[in-house]
Amino acid sequence: MKYETQKALPPPASTIGVLGWMRKHLFKGPGSSIATLVLGYLAVIWLWPLIDWAFISADWLGTTRQDCSGDGACWVFINQRLDQFLYGFYPEAETWRLDLSFVILMACIGWLVIPRLPAKGPMAVFTLVIFPFIAFVLLSGGFFGLEPVDTHKWGGLSLTLVLAVVGIVAALPFGVLLALGRRSHMPIVRSLSVIYIEIWRGVPLITVLFMASVMLPLFFPEGMDFDKLLRALIGITMFQSAYMAEVVRGGLQAIPRGQYEAADALGLGYWQKMVMIILPQALKLMIPGIVNTFIALFKDTSLVLIIGLFDLLAIMQAAANDPNWIGFATEGYVFVALVFWVFCFSMSRYSQHLEKRLHTGHGAR
Amino acid sequence: MSEPQNRVDNELAVELRNLNKWYGEFHVLKNINLQVKKGERIVICGPSGSGKSTMIRCINRLEEHQQGEIIVNGRHLTEDVKQIESVRKDVGMVFQHFNLFPHLTVLENCVLAPIWVKKVPRKEAEATAMKYLERVKIPEQAKKYPGQLSGGQQQRVAIARSLCMNPDVMLFDEPTSALDPEMIKEVLDVMIELAREGMTMLCVTHEMGFAKTVADRVIFMDSGQIIEENEPHAFFNNPEHERTKLFLSQILNH
Ligand SMILES: Nc1ncnc2c1ncn2[C@@H]1O[C@H](COP(=O)(O)OP(=O)(O)OP(=O)(O)O)[C@@H](O)[C@H]1O
Ligand SMILES: [Mg+2]
Repeated sequence: MKYETQKALPPPASTIGVLGWMRKHLFKGPGSSIATLVLGYLAVIWLWPLIDWAFISADWLGTTRQDCSGDGACWVFINQRLDQFLYGFYPEAETWRLDLSFVILMACIGWLVIPRLPAKGPMAVFTLVIFPFIAFVLLSGGFFGLEPVDTHKWGGLSLTLVLAVVGIVAALPFGVLLALGRRSHMPIVRSLSVIYIEIWRGVPLITVLFMASVMLPLFFPEGMDFDKLLRALIGITMFQSAYMAEVVRGGLQAIPRGQYEAADALGLGYWQKMVMIILPQALKLMIPGIVNTFIALFKDTSLVLIIGLFDLLAIMQAAANDPNWIGFATEGYVFVALVFWVFCFSMSRYSQHLEKRLHTGHGAR
Repeated sequence: MSEPQNRVDNELAVELRNLNKWYGEFHVLKNINLQVKKGERIVICGPSGSGKSTMIRCINRLEEHQQGEIIVNGRHLTEDVKQIESVRKDVGMVFQHFNLFPHLTVLENCVLAPIWVKKVPRKEAEATAMKYLERVKIPEQAKKYPGQLSGGQQQRVAIARSLCMNPDVMLFDEPTSALDPEMIKEVLDVMIELAREGMTMLCVTHEMGFAKTVADRVIFMDSGQIIEENEPHAFFNNPEHERTKLFLSQILNH
């Protein structure tokens, strides 16, 4: 038989591009076309009032409530209080410190997220180990001539981020230790890890926060008062490390037994084996899981309200109770929801993207 | 735990005395006795599930044994972790599925254990690694990751990685059975060269050509026992036991 190599031809025009997509998914046959039109019509009818309220009849500029017509949303309220929503009661002259910390954090994360950039390992160490110190110095001050800012002045989105980021970063090492403990051959270590993990996973965060705020001081000597924020952070970290432990355990289980055996056969000790061979491979697999727990924690941080910390949600509620702005809580909630959504959605997209990449094996190294 | 009751023979690299092992209720290894002299090359064969892997994995304690003694280079293998680690330093192992570390380059795979276990300075470890990578004929791949190599190349890296620890004994567990036919030869060539240089080797394999070329002794195992043990010529030409004959006819005819 005789054959010639055939040229690859482009696909027919009707199957590609926007039109092709629409034909395939929206107007494939009369039934599908009718459904598309009807549902499209309903969606417009339904969403129109919302769009009208949020954009068309809304008021954007001004300084007081008198600048709002009342027909649509009054975004003037958000505009006026934006600084407070972002920085809490942090002194205005010092807010650059929060901005700087945020920019550094985003730069670090950006570096880690973009696959092309080199030196991921050292960068991860910098983000997880060194950045927390930089952020601590910047935020609380008291060093290098930075004016100290008491933690009860912290609030808003920056407090939300502090709670969530510290919660995750601090929980990671404990989570790793707990997961290793749970897989240990030593019965006592294993039982203790299991008990810890199962207890913390079985209680709601709100009780943990309450206990951290009310019970923790009972364990300390009389008169030793320690920071409310610190107490909340300890509570969140202990809670979060139990969840983290399960994520880590999942990652460890995915590492083939041959990797453990090869490390053993070469004479590596337990910690050498874990730190140099198993964990680096497992951590890569754990990233989607870590991102998911981070999303959950990020939303849960608004519970700190009950122990009197003013995160983004709490500070918005307080502002909406201000006599000058009473009646604009809806705008506040929409704004807060939007902020949470933007953070969580981008994280969730990233995690999906990663799962796909790990799945197809491009992330193998 | 168990004190060395009997004297230890300096001529022996590995000695198994009345070795017994169970997986739960299942008696995998039954009274195994084996002496391997320094520099000796042993090939172990037998049907699937006969306990070949289990036996050689006991020698570096990847599997625990319940009864009997294992003596490697004069040291008794017990629960003592220090002792286990020191035996593992002297015993290299090559696996069926290579088990290279996928997140490290070929060179890093090779220098990791020398640096962290034997405390060799990095420069020296890298020089040694390059020497062995040259011997297995892939020095140009040193900077690549295992996933970028073919099966045969990966297995040769795995051999080089073991050699970097400068072992006295090498264990091979079916090193070629996960490879495509055209890659088997390149790995066997490396192993033959190693054997010629006088390395003590225990090799589970069904490559009978290899056994005939280099083995000093062939051991046949079935259902957890050593059934027959002989030098290769006699083993292949007039096996004593029916079981061995059956096995050989199956393996040579297919
Ligand atoms: N971890 C384990 N738990 C229980 N049984 C096991 C375990 N590992 C192996 N076995 C059993 O022990 C027996 C011997 O296994 P082993 O792997 O040593 O056989 P083998 O001779 O190497 O076979 P193969 O040629 O298939 O590699 C088999 O019957 C196997 O099912
Ligand atoms: Mg086997």
